[in-house]
Amino acid sequence: MSRPKIATRDAYGRTLIELGRKNTDIVALDADLADSTRSGWFGREFPERFFDVGIAEENLITVAAGLATAGKIPFASSFAVFATERAFNQIRQSVAFCNLNVKIVASHGGVTVGEDGASHHSIFDIALMRILPNMTVVVPADAVETVLATKAIAEYYGPVYMRTGRSAVPQIYEDGFKFEGKQFNFELGKAVTLKEGSDVAIIATGLMVSESLSAADKLATEGVKARVIDMHTIKPLDVGTIVRAAADCGAVVTAEEHTILGGLGSAVAETLASSIPVPMEVIGVRDVFTLSGSPDALLNEYGLTAGNIAEAAKRAKARKEKNEYSL
Amino acid sequence: MESISTNLVADLKRKAHDFRRDILEMTYAAGSGHPGGSLSAIDILTVLYYHTMRVDPKNPMWPDRDRFVLSKGHSCPALYAILADLGFFPKEELMRLRKPGSILQGHPDMNLTPGVEMSTGSLGQGLSVACGMAIAARLDGKDYRVYCMVGDGEAQEGNIWEGAMLAAHHRLDNLTTILDRNVMQIDGTTEQIMALEPLAEKWRAFGWNVLEIDGHDMVQIISALELAKGTKGKPTMIVANTVKGKGISFMENELAYHGRALTKEEMERAREELREKDESA
Repeated sequence: MSRPKIATRDAYGRTLIELGRKNTDIVALDADLADSTRSGWFGREFPERFFDVGIAEENLITVAAGLATAGKIPFASSFAVFATERAFNQIRQSVAFCNLNVKIVASHGGVTVGEDGASHHSIFDIALMRILPNMTVVVPADAVETVLATKAIAEYYGPVYMRTGRSAVPQIYEDGFKFEGKQFNFELGKAVTLKEGSDVAIIATGLMVSESLSAADKLATEGVKARVIDMHTIKPLDVGTIVRAAADCGAVVTAEEHTILGGLGSAVAETLASSIPVPMEVIGVRDVFTLSGSPDALLNEYGLTAGNIAEAAKRAKARKEKNEYSL
Repeated sequence: MESISTNLVADLKRKAHDFRRDILEMTYAAGSGHPGGSLSAIDILTVLYYHTMRVDPKNPMWPDRDRFVLSKGHSCPALYAILADLGFFPKEELMRLRKPGSILQGHPDMNLTPGVEMSTGSLGQGLSVACGMAIAARLDGKDYRVYCMVGDGEAQEGNIWEGAMLAAHHRLDNLTTILDRNVMQIDGTTEQIMALEPLAEKWRAFGWNVLEIDGHDMVQIISALELAKGTKGKPTMIVANTVKGKGISFMENELAYHGRALTKEEMERAREELREKDESA
């Protein structure tokens, strides 16, 4: 199946303008990457409500916090690696602890940043943001979902981290949030079960949702029925959907464009460990710094493809069948 | 500028004197806290809250209120003493400072303490937060002013200079920052640890209107804050030369009192000194 490709950052940039027209309290900030993050599109339309703080991420977050205390809805953008890592304590102290209505929307998440290499890949951001009380963490899977997620986080009161990507990614949803003819509702904290299946559940986020759908197609040809879940909100986590998937399928795979430490895989493992421990496989970057290359080459290099997910699904299913958790 | 009456100055001095007692009593009751920098800041805070700023204790979230951000959050005993006296919360709460269930945390918490505008404690962040508030005022066409107090040791944080650049770039003349220049930080004097001088020149070079005052002289504090209000096109930095531990003889310029409460014997001595000043006033 060939699907048109659009970068989630582009969908974000367009939506922010739309929101800005309706709500004059929305302001945008950037740290000298406005063209890349697409916050600059808002800046061109509403120059009086756009603030480029220069190359100063700590300032980006703390100025946004100050704006939020006065009722503004600041959308602060930079690359994911810089927004979360260079200003982590600012996010913790002046945004999350204060529970201020700041939206940190960072582009260039994951390894599909590509050729810029280790310094620019963002594979720790989900873990860092997820550990903060009060923080909501959202990773949309495609452009349609990004539009809905952007609107949802603007409506929601509270600190949010949302990750978008640099590269154009396959469209999963049709306009109006439909998938294979089925209508879904986008709701923060509510996962979307894209494909039903009872042999193994694949829980994915961001770009990995598209890879997981391809993996499920591949598995289907081998007679394996995989459930595919789009976990667009990593915090608050949709525990109900995860537990139900583990109960129904008895084997779980998670897939994320992020280190396997502390991200979606960890969140799902934490949930299952205290509810229904089932054999589980985690797809993600395996505790290394990722190096330069084209986005596709890097997905291959670090084991983040549909093929890797399908293999992991078969491993999880085999472990289930070996009944390895019963003594 | 209005003339500053001797009555006003006497009132402010009396207030600050009482707050010094509160600062020492509440940190003593807590068994910990930061009295030294609270005592260096208290005269400035007293002028801010009893002369300069527009606040309403009955309506802490009044949209048109002036804002104060205590970027050097560890000096919160000074702020708490004032907020209690103004009636933002009952004065008894001061003696519950740092205790479980208290609305008075070891460092300021905007969600627990009425009148606290920003949660601070991790240094270097308050100035940029104040910049955000000042920009919001401008966007909303409101005439409230934003005040921020920064510690001198705190000015070693890079985030401070990011805020300094931004405030000047956006000509935030509705922002006044006071730097509590008590010359001391935990590990020694600022000039030994990481020299700040020439400090006023640095702020001038960053594009600020800079005033230098004695931060314990009520007339100078009042005058500088009024001058700042009238300054157009630039944010104002008031470098306030202060004495850490000011007002208690054995605490003055003593590093030991940066981050610990007084012992029983020290507290007795401090009470005695404050009593003598009561009588002489």
